Amino acid sequence: MKLSEFVVRESILTDLKLETKEQAIRAMVESLCQHGGIPGADQESIISAILKREELGSTGIGRGVAVPHTKHPSVDRLVATVAISRTGVEFASLDGEDVHILFLLVSPPERPGDHLRALENISRHLRNDNFCNFLQQAVSAQAVIDLLEEADNNQL
Amino acid sequence: MNEKQTYSKDVVVELKNGLHLSPSVQIVQTAQGFRAKLAIHKGDRVVDGKSMLDLMTLAAEHGTRLRLEATGDDAQAALDAIGALFDRNFVIDGVSADRVLVD
Repeated sequence: MKLSEFVVRESILTDLKLETKEQAIRAMVESLCQHGGIPGADQESIISAILKREELGSTGIGRGVAVPHTKHPSVDRLVATVAISRTGVEFASLDGEDVHILFLLVSPPERPGDHLRALENISRHLRNDNFCNFLQQAVSAQAVIDLLEEADNNQL
Repeated sequence: MNEKQTYSKDVVVELKNGLHLSPSVQIVQTAQGFRAKLAIHKGDRVVDGKSMLDLMTLAAEHGTRLRLEATGDDAQAALDAIGALFDRNFVIDGVSADRVLVD
């Protein structure tokens, strides 16, 4: 499973200027629905599922990273989007720090293995300081895509 | 007590959705309450049980066997606490960690 295969390119948001978790999640889901082939009618349901998941425990996992996610029947394969925030989003993270890199995942209900492999993939690359630093500095969606592809090809 | 003392325990991931983010958080937060180091082995791979990013790279699905290995002066207590998470299948206050992903 490669980052560039499940991240919907057109949905990537750089320079996210939103401060709260709910605003950030809403903007990311809207972009993912718009560009990821998810029916607009499912948008609110996905947003509320992700926010409900956050209430049970933040997906802000530290080091400025959050991985909000949900399972949802509106998708038949795992799709994701990326957002970069230079100013930071308040996310109630495990380490209390604001979040600058967000990977939002929506996966089909009956594919827990895919969800685990996507988390594995994202985490493996985020352990690489080069990947994190370059991602935070990315000023365009194309720059993010280039980074995802370089990470996929172990070129970082 | 011997600071190099190492204790280990084999566990199996019984969660239907595998060791996803929510149970991983429980492991890391519990492990961070101890001075002992926690290594988690999956086959020939080993990760730091106190690091979220490390732990999530395990992608341990339902049925995966893991070896927990704690080293340090409170290693036995750390191992007991982490082992207990697996024993009760990461249920907290009657809520399964699996529900967190399913809902």
